Amino acid sequence: MRRQIPILITTIAGLVFAISYFIPHDPFGESESIFGDWITIVQAFAVWLGALNLLKISFEKISSKSADRHYAAIIIVSLIGTLAVGFYDGYSGMAQDPQVSFRDPGTNFDWLYRFIYTPLSATMFSMLAFFVASASYRAFRARNVQATLLLIAGFFVMGGRVPLFDMMISPITDFPVFSWFADWIMTYPNTAGQRAIMIGIALGIMSSSLRIILGIERSHIGGGSG
Amino acid sequence: MRNSFEKTRASRALLLVFVCSLLLLIVSFSTSVSAQADNDSDTPADSILALAAPAPATDLKAFDTDNDHGHSITIEWTLSADDGAGANSVISYRIMKSESPDGPFDSVGLVPLGATSHVNSSAIDKNSEGYFSDNTDYYYRVEAMTTNAALFSSSEIVGPVQSSGQWFNAGLVPVLIAILIFTILTMIFVQLAKKGMDLYVRPLAGIEAVDEAIGRATEMGRPILYVLGLGSAADIATIASFTILGRVAKKVAEYQTELNVPCYDPIVMAVAQEVVKSAFIDAGRPEAYKDDIVHFITNSQFAYVGAVNGIIMRDLPATNVYMGKFFAESLILAETGAAAGSIQIAGTDEIPQIPFFFVACDYTLIGEELFAASAYLGREPELLGSLKAQDYAKAVLLASAIIGILLINIFPDFGETFKSWFEVID
Repeated sequence: MRRQIPILITTIAGLVFAISYFIPHDPFGESESIFGDWITIVQAFAVWLGALNLLKISFEKISSKSADRHYAAIIIVSLIGTLAVGFYDGYSGMAQDPQVSFRDPGTNFDWLYRFIYTPLSATMFSMLAFFVASASYRAFRARNVQATLLLIAGFFVMGGRVPLFDMMISPITDFPVFSWFADWIMTYPNTAGQRAIMIGIALGIMSSSLRIILGIERSHIGGGSG
Repeated sequence: MRNSFEKTRASRALLLVFVCSLLLLIVSFSTSVSAQADNDSDTPADSILALAAPAPATDLKAFDTDNDHGHSITIEWTLSADDGAGANSVISYRIMKSESPDGPFDSVGLVPLGATSHVNSSAIDKNSEGYFSDNTDYYYRVEAMTTNAALFSSSEIVGPVQSSGQWFNAGLVPVLIAILIFTILTMIFVQLAKKGMDLYVRPLAGIEAVDEAIGRATEMGRPILYVLGLGSAADIATIASFTILGRVAKKVAEYQTELNVPCYDPIVMAVAQEVVKSAFIDAGRPEAYKDDIVHFITNSQFAYVGAVNGIIMRDLPATNVYMGKFFAESLILAETGAAAGSIQIAGTDEIPQIPFFFVACDYTLIGEELFAASAYLGREPELLGSLKAQDYAKAVLLASAIIGILLINIFPDFGETFKSWFEVID
């Protein structure tokens, strides 16, 4: 029974969505937005679930004197501090005329967001540039035929994306060899490869969905497929 | 001395090349700007203020929009004689709507010159302002506008016309047929598999490596990191990842290895907790399950990446498994894992991220392999049967593509008809 009920709910919900895709008439046409509202409500509650889990794990790390306890302390201070600043700004903003939201520019919460959160996120994102360089270095080593083809394709695509390479060969020919070849690689082999993967993904999604709707695949609710 | 002289000569040459490139850039930019200015001066908007009303739009038609949920009317017309020709004074068309042929008419849309249709749809919620009611008579007219707001001409009035929702989207017939064929194929192969038919499934190196990777972690006494990606619990890639997590967790419980599942989404966390708990129960080791195996980190993309990278660098996991939906963080995570010396297995349906995983991980499940992985790991006949159906569907699609290419090149007319059988109008 513990597994039958979730499977039944999944099957009904899956069938309703599948049918509503073909029936634009109300109420089927509206089912996606109705379910979307439900998901939003569930997510709003789940945020608290996540926050409480984070606090619980962090407090446990501190109490068990784990090696990571310093990071856990920073998490707790940051979480509670940001929450407190948000509540303070929201409360004091209500007393002002016109009322000020805690998210409005100039609030303490906005300061935390703009000068702490955003630069930290940007720092993590900017690390991508260095990782692309290190990954490219490994990928572009001509160890075998495939890697050599990748190296050649990469050279032409990168060369074709900047005007300098075409300009360098302009004394020899007016034909923009690099940009033409880069466009050709992107338009034909690259698009063909991507579409092949896309078709495979679409079939995989259909197959997985069918397995879940028909109750063949059950391991996501525990206990293997059977 | 000579070396320094050559260096100076080389740097001068480089400087010269740079200055020349800069000059070329400036010249081409100024040329394109002046060409753009010339083009812009040709548009009617820059012409002098119109002095006479333009010819009206003609042949106005209004009808219920096809294959929709109602609350929408499509209006079509023939261009004014002064749109792109004649006095060339039309700059836009204003669509006017009323519930009576005598008015008053309200503006419900504005489209630029050259446009010959407009879909009038608005609020479908009865309590919203501007609610578009089904089964109500509406009248339309189209006004050809000029740069002079006072000079425009109205088309004839059409109506009454009513909107209504359809019970079947006829534009999706090819999708319905494809789904039916695929479902029948799946049913057939599942039944054949149940009857004991031997189904060959191509080996997936990434999945075969899972057992080896868990064994390695056990031998090294280091944990396994399982990342479910940034998808929500509604994403099929995340659901596929749950099934793989279930298999991995069962093995982990059997081998008594440490598992760490940091989550980005609290709902995904709640589901993953249940999956891992069930796997530990199935493995006969419920007491080994701990609440901190699956834990929430944050709902912020790069904060999550920072936290997971921190876990990788501090715990140095023997194996990192990345399965699900990944975006810009894929390479940051995978490169950090490579730097930590972990065996890495990844799988995603996000096509732009596949090359990053391919480069940085030891094994990568490409696209559909992610969805096949759970069936492959389970080896149950029903699951393998569905994989076989997937392979046959792929063969049908490949054959259709080859036939289509041949027909388009040999019999273009029939080729176009053949192509239209696969077209979806949504």
